[in-house]
Amino acid sequence: MDNKFIDINAVEMVFETKKGSFHALRDITLSVQKGEFVTLIGHSGCGKSTLLNLIAGLLQPSEGLLLCANREIAGPSPERSVVFQNHSLLPWLTCYENVFLGVERVFSATDSRTQLRERTHAALALVGLSAAEAKRPNEISGGMKQRVGIARALAMEPKVLLMDEPFGALDALTRAHLQDELLKIVAKTESTVVMVTHDVDEAVLLSDRIVMMTNGPAATIGEILDVKLARPRERVALAQDALYSQYRTTVLEFLYRKHVHPAKAAA
Amino acid sequence: MSIVMQAMSNEEPAASTAAVVGSGSEAAVSADNSPTAKPKPGRKKTGVASMVMTVLPPLTGIAFLVLVWQIIAVKNSNFPTPLVTILEAIKLFSDPFYRTGPNDQGIGWNVLASLQRVAIGFGLAALVGIPLGFLIGRVRFLSGMFGPIISLLKPVSPLAWLPIGLLVFKSANPAAIWSIFICSIWPMVINTAMGVQRVPQDYMNVARVLNLSEWKILTKILFPSVLPYMLTGVRLSIGTAWLVIVAAEMLTGGVGIGFWVWDEWNNLNVPHIIIAIVVIGVVGLILEQLLVWLAKAFTYEQVRN
Repeated sequence: MDNKFIDINAVEMVFETKKGSFHALRDITLSVQKGEFVTLIGHSGCGKSTLLNLIAGLLQPSEGLLLCANREIAGPSPERSVVFQNHSLLPWLTCYENVFLGVERVFSATDSRTQLRERTHAALALVGLSAAEAKRPNEISGGMKQRVGIARALAMEPKVLLMDEPFGALDALTRAHLQDELLKIVAKTESTVVMVTHDVDEAVLLSDRIVMMTNGPAATIGEILDVKLARPRERVALAQDALYSQYRTTVLEFLYRKHVHPAKAAA
Repeated sequence: MSIVMQAMSNEEPAASTAAVVGSGSEAAVSADNSPTAKPKPGRKKTGVASMVMTVLPPLTGIAFLVLVWQIIAVKNSNFPTPLVTILEAIKLFSDPFYRTGPNDQGIGWNVLASLQRVAIGFGLAALVGIPLGFLIGRVRFLSGMFGPIISLLKPVSPLAWLPIGLLVFKSANPAAIWSIFICSIWPMVINTAMGVQRVPQDYMNVARVLNLSEWKILTKILFPSVLPYMLTGVRLSIGTAWLVIVAAEMLTGGVGIGFWVWDEWNNLNVPHIIIAIVVIGVVGLILEQLLVWLAKAFTYEQVRN
């Protein structure tokens, strides 16, 4: 088993702004196994999205090294596809065309036109949106848009799926529904996932490991929690599971006792 | 133009208040009617009410204008009355496409000649301006390079360029087209460049993660998201071009609505000048309206969080 599929080594992130430099991340060392589901949790402004963007290659670290499958992450690549918080679908393309854009880029060298089309249909079927293929993003609900975003990311068969608060903008019921679907999809595709969230239940329900981050500036990894709940996980059954509550309490303790949100601590 | 837009935007709230009033009174009158029969007459009533509210204000405005005109004409004997002008207009429009000599042609030919100059000058400006706008928006060096030149040349009246056109092309017609080209190009360059610079970072991140080729970025992301900005530039350009052509033709002569106005001034035919003013206004309105429709058809609802 590849223990260090994603390897983050002593990474520092300093942003140069007009008001001077801002030290966002300090001494981040983390490795993610192949097929593992890791969530990054912390208060807003703790740099969890920055860390995700570093793994995506959208940002370059000021110091330190990031590796994916033993190769340095030098820039964005379809092998590390991202599901954005605001889904970022192109409004002038249909759902099908949005997904096809990624599929075409990754597989057009090896696949025939028919195969590309099949891949796109399959990805949309996986997220249950076959019926909405011909619709534009503004014609479907927020939850459906997010599912198209997931389909676009998955259709490229990435080595790593990166998700930046993918369900943050959705209502609680839709969010629960999509979490369940994500669990099934990840089980089926055996994807390696790194997900940013601020939702404790979401983190415990989905993760193999929860990475808890301290408050910024100069945020770093505070604690890492192994979630040893058996899969497949079922939300209603887990609600009464003692171990589940224990994990939940651990994360809550970290967030609200040890590392209170800076705005609250000041008040 | 803005009055028309206002009238259009007034339409909706007027209709909705009318609907409330209409359905209320309807319910009071026909209380014993079956409920399914109710909406039909109610809707008809509101339709009439909203139509009156749409048509009445502009008609009042026009009537007011004609009244002021009539008063001025009565006070000033050089100025034709509305009636005289309308009779003259009927005579003029009964034969818009006659041709008795190079300097005596129907108003239809004159308008078409002007439109042709605008089309050529404007088309050339679009061919140069839009790609230039894309380059300036995409490449920071070019933006720095062209920025000061554009800022310097943009405020210059296009007519100041007319002598340069005459010098270079040694003929009136290309010189007029040259003035149109110059005045049309700036809004298109500036708006296109601004559109490119304002493409949401989210879309560019998608492009980076999907690792799209520069061609795909251009066709699938840049072009569709810049299109509304570009069409704004096109709309501004065509408005200015139509303003400028009248003035340019007054200076260059030949055939064209601007020259026609000047010619009729030399003949002291004031009714024709007034008719020309209305014609210029109507053509300008149609040009702008066409582009508004075009812009609407190509504007997509932007992605929101």
